[in-house]
Amino acid sequence: MFEGVMLGLETAFTLQNLMLVIFGCLIGTFIGMLPGLGPMSIIAIMIPVAITLGDPSSAIILLAGVYYGAIFGGSTSSILINAPGVAGTVATSFDGYPMARKGQAGKALTIAAVSSFSGGTIGAILLFMFAPALSSVALLFHSAEYFALMVLGLTAIAAFAGKGQVGKALLMTIAGVMLATVGESALFNAPRFTGGIQDLQSGMSFITLAMALFALPEALYLIFDPKKSETGNSAESIKNLRITKDEAKKIAPVIARQSIQGFLIGVMPGAGATLASFLGYGVERNIAKGEDQAEFGKGSIKGLAAPETANNAACTGSFVPLLTLGIPGSGTTAILLGALIALNVTPGPRLMIDNPAIFWSVIISMYFGNVILLILNLPLIPYIAKLLTIPRNYLIPFVLFFTMIGAYIGQNNATELIILVALGILATIFKFAKYPLAPLLIGFILGGMLENNFARSVNITDDISFMWERPMTLGLLIVAVLMVIIPMYRQSKARKAAAKKEA
Amino acid sequence: MNLDKVIALIFMVISIVYGYTAYNFQLLPFERNMPFLPNTMPMAISVLGVLISLVILISKSDMDDDEGEGMSIKRLKYYKTGQAGAILATMVIYALMLRGVGFIPSTIFFLFGSSWILGERKIFKMAIVSVLGTVPIWYLVQEVLGIYLKPLPW
Repeated sequence: MFEGVMLGLETAFTLQNLMLVIFGCLIGTFIGMLPGLGPMSIIAIMIPVAITLGDPSSAIILLAGVYYGAIFGGSTSSILINAPGVAGTVATSFDGYPMARKGQAGKALTIAAVSSFSGGTIGAILLFMFAPALSSVALLFHSAEYFALMVLGLTAIAAFAGKGQVGKALLMTIAGVMLATVGESALFNAPRFTGGIQDLQSGMSFITLAMALFALPEALYLIFDPKKSETGNSAESIKNLRITKDEAKKIAPVIARQSIQGFLIGVMPGAGATLASFLGYGVERNIAKGEDQAEFGKGSIKGLAAPETANNAACTGSFVPLLTLGIPGSGTTAILLGALIALNVTPGPRLMIDNPAIFWSVIISMYFGNVILLILNLPLIPYIAKLLTIPRNYLIPFVLFFTMIGAYIGQNNATELIILVALGILATIFKFAKYPLAPLLIGFILGGMLENNFARSVNITDDISFMWERPMTLGLLIVAVLMVIIPMYRQSKARKAAAKKEA
Repeated sequence: MNLDKVIALIFMVISIVYGYTAYNFQLLPFERNMPFLPNTMPMAISVLGVLISLVILISKSDMDDDEGEGMSIKRLKYYKTGQAGAILATMVIYALMLRGVGFIPSTIFFLFGSSWILGERKIFKMAIVSVLGTVPIWYLVQEVLGIYLKPLPW
């Protein structure tokens, strides 16, 4: 293995490759900031450029730079304007945006960059050590286990079920699941609930929904209340990147846990970064104690570090099935697989034996992209964060413009913009009625996957016995139940103790 | 009745209609013997939807505990709803313009128009900002990334 790594290092580290990765990171970061252009589409766009380079490691180095850059760019728009352009960064906006509103945009971006970097690094170390061994674990996961994982992911909703809001959070989740059932599904033969409308045939578009639920109501709120666009956002505080010792101590265990958890989820083909980020958020919220837990959703640094770490670790993890089995676990890795094949590299069990230099140089290139991104972006953060100090009369039109272009580019359909406005108005009414909006999006994203995996398992076993007969499924489901019950128990205990004290 | 209860009531009606549609979903002949049908989960969630909206309807509304944070309906009268409405209307006009007029003129119109609505009156600065905000984005999306965005009316 060591020889292979050295060989990979030699191939990866050249001046040309260094330039390529810098170029890739910059392009990825800036394009990734536009909601609607996620890592998948940017990589797809960059493939022709990469292929003309001819050399597989240079091509992958460029794509790796673009990939990590795009992920960071996506987090930026989630944090600064609450516009998560891809599903994987939805959980980032839960706490990242409130932090930015409190005037800590610079710090939020730094935490995002550092936790993504750590997630990627720990993920890469795990990849180095366990890639061959893990490939067999990936195959152990069947639809039943995926179903249980989705249930575990849904526990993230608990974070939005504040005081007396449990019913509301559940209602929004159900609304999200309902929306997910509209249109064609992978498993069934006819589209459902389209009401005969052609535009709904392929289902609701994620990006339109995300923009309408998150970015638009926030922009409207800034219009409603002019004072809101000013508070907390002084130029000084916004540029402040420093993470204090206490804060570092707080997020270090989160990063450690989520790197491993995210990586393992990423290894399973099909689960991917989105689930990892929700699960990371949910788990960290549910195991946090007292005040820390109450902070979640209001600008908690833990709540920001968890999904960012998990997201990146999962991205790294998804290279395990890609490189060792030739199975692309996510849309992005599927596109990378296409690029690799075009470059005459066929990932699969033989790759490591036949072509160790390429195998390791791909892994090293990906990691290289991660390192360069951190070095490149930390100095850029103050400038990116300063975008928020643009005067309100110019900032709001641009925020709205970016939300619309996100929904428009993907579909090239102006009707989508009208749907966006209509849903945005609805979402604003929900906000007035104090319904949390995040559960709707979580339900929408996980609902479809949940149904697919559940249906597949039922179709295999003919009943629901898989829930208790498969040990891993049962284990995961028990963990999910505990995740909900333990915080509730802790809360009621704390309440009783407080009541006793008063008495 | 509080707004949140109205929403719960509407949601209950939607759940019932949704459940009814799911119940009457046309199954294909070979689907009938499958253990899990296309309408299995929709029927289940419509029942859940009705139950949860009922719970919200009968439990105490929390709309009155104002935490002083976030949007609140009580402050609605102080909010600039007119401005917000006008901007939403501009967004709809923008959507309608895109196909006929093209990306560049409609975006310049939108950026200029919405900052005008927000109270900006420095026409020269607004014009420059709108043009500088539009053309590079169009160039990036269409020329660099190759995603077609019809630039002009012709």
